[in-house]
Amino acid sequence: MSNSAYVQLVNLSKQFGKVRALAGLNVDIAEGELVALLGPSGCGKTTALRALAGLQDLDEGQIIVDGKDITFRAPNKRNMGMVFQAYSLFPHMTARENVEYGLRMKAHRTPSAERSKRSSELLELVGLSTHANHYPHQMSGGQQQRVALARALAIQPKVLLLDEPLSALDAKVRTQLREEIRRIQLEVGTTTVFVTHDQEEALGVADRVGVMRQGVLEQIASPSELYERPQSAFVAEFVGLTNPISATVSAGNAEVLGVRVPVVKGSIESGKGLALIRPEWFHVDASGTPNAKIFAISFLGSTCRLTIDLSDGTRIRAQVPSSGASNLGTGTSVNVTLKSLPVFVKGA
Amino acid sequence: MFLIFFLVVPTVIWVHLKLPAFRRPMELICLLPLAIPAIVIVVGIAPLYRWISINITESPVSLSGVYAMLILPYTYRSLSAALDLVDVATLAEASRTLGASTMRTIFGVVMPTIRSGIMSGVVISLALVLGEFTISALLAFDTLQVVIYLLGRQDGKIAVAVALSALLFVFAILFAIPTTKRQRVILDADVA
Repeated sequence: MSNSAYVQLVNLSKQFGKVRALAGLNVDIAEGELVALLGPSGCGKTTALRALAGLQDLDEGQIIVDGKDITFRAPNKRNMGMVFQAYSLFPHMTARENVEYGLRMKAHRTPSAERSKRSSELLELVGLSTHANHYPHQMSGGQQQRVALARALAIQPKVLLLDEPLSALDAKVRTQLREEIRRIQLEVGTTTVFVTHDQEEALGVADRVGVMRQGVLEQIASPSELYERPQSAFVAEFVGLTNPISATVSAGNAEVLGVRVPVVKGSIESGKGLALIRPEWFHVDASGTPNAKIFAISFLGSTCRLTIDLSDGTRIRAQVPSSGASNLGTGTSVNVTLKSLPVFVKGA
Repeated sequence: MFLIFFLVVPTVIWVHLKLPAFRRPMELICLLPLAIPAIVIVVGIAPLYRWISINITESPVSLSGVYAMLILPYTYRSLSAALDLVDVATLAEASRTLGASTMRTIFGVVMPTIRSGIMSGVVISLALVLGEFTISALLAFDTLQVVIYLLGRQDGKIAVAVALSALLFVFAILFAIPTTKRQRVILDADVA
């Protein structure tokens, strides 16, 4: 356990009937960092977040924030700002009143003038200064979530907790708000935990992403490391697309499609297995010696997604820049090789 | 009304937020008075009211206990419907994380959110109590309804006048109680 960690979740365990939501979760988060907890439904990510907020009792474990054990502290005494999945603005209050709500409470009591100044600043920060007097029902979902973010930040929380805040929004607003959350987080510098099941969201917004499975952390790393060097088959398969291709591992290298590439930590040490290859790691060339045939091609804008049948019958999905795909089409015979990047190899 | 505000409303909210497993039993208990005929209730509580009349008071105010039981199903249904309409649990959690105590959360967030449900419960209860005759007559209390009935037996014209006055009084009360949320005027025109 790192001593420099601002937030420490130590061995968190929680059982709901027969379901084990948390099974000894350990996470360290540095001050000012944005960590995303990513995982499929039921992996325990929301339970962990709620435990951190004090909204969920634990069977075992310890929560330390800023050096203080807050495991048994009531939620109203933890100084955590939380944004929920469902729009959770108080319907009888305007946007400004919602933002000022926390500042009226005993724990954060602020004089009226200061309260008004801070709510104006925060509404400006989230781009809603013109909507200060609007009620929640007069705002769109994206606007409501931005007010909820301002409200959570108003109390100057030690940790900002975001529980799938974008999942109820449409795709365009989701992307916009995701970028805004990151901008605001960097501007304010609050330590943030972001829970999501959307890998694109997690990889796009976080300093580090923790992938959870069955109540434990499988791997926590920077988005690029997680994508390029997954340490388990689950992480490789959950984060991004993969193609399982036969490989033979020996002496820290794997032979895949005739190319020798290094294997990453957590792979099998020797013998036959399945290398998990990202679609963009293939090199597809129409002029080389053919070893595969294109089954289907889809244009995705800047890239093209190719479905290719290898000569041994394996069907793979490759992704190439659209600019280099002009001479490719359904039925074209191509040469498929692998870029020399480290791969994860799981047992066959 | 006081019983509704200070006993029924906090209890129903508490059960919704903290003891969801008790929602079904509570619903059953609250709806029971609907299934029991008024005469059965009177026969059951008559000895208790006899004792109250002898030892405590003969005032019709003592009927508030049995009336509270009568209005319980209606109050519970309107509150429950209002609570089901919004995600009160999340609102309460949001309030708690912002530093509010449980009481502050209930009175500052949950109750204003379900205001229309509370007011509906109040209106229905008031109408029910103002129209109730069986129990007060059988327990021999001189309530408005009983008095109108007795007057009607002596002088029909006076009884009609009193009945009409009572009707106007009820209408006045019903109009005085706002059942919908009063919105503040939005001054800036930029509505999303």
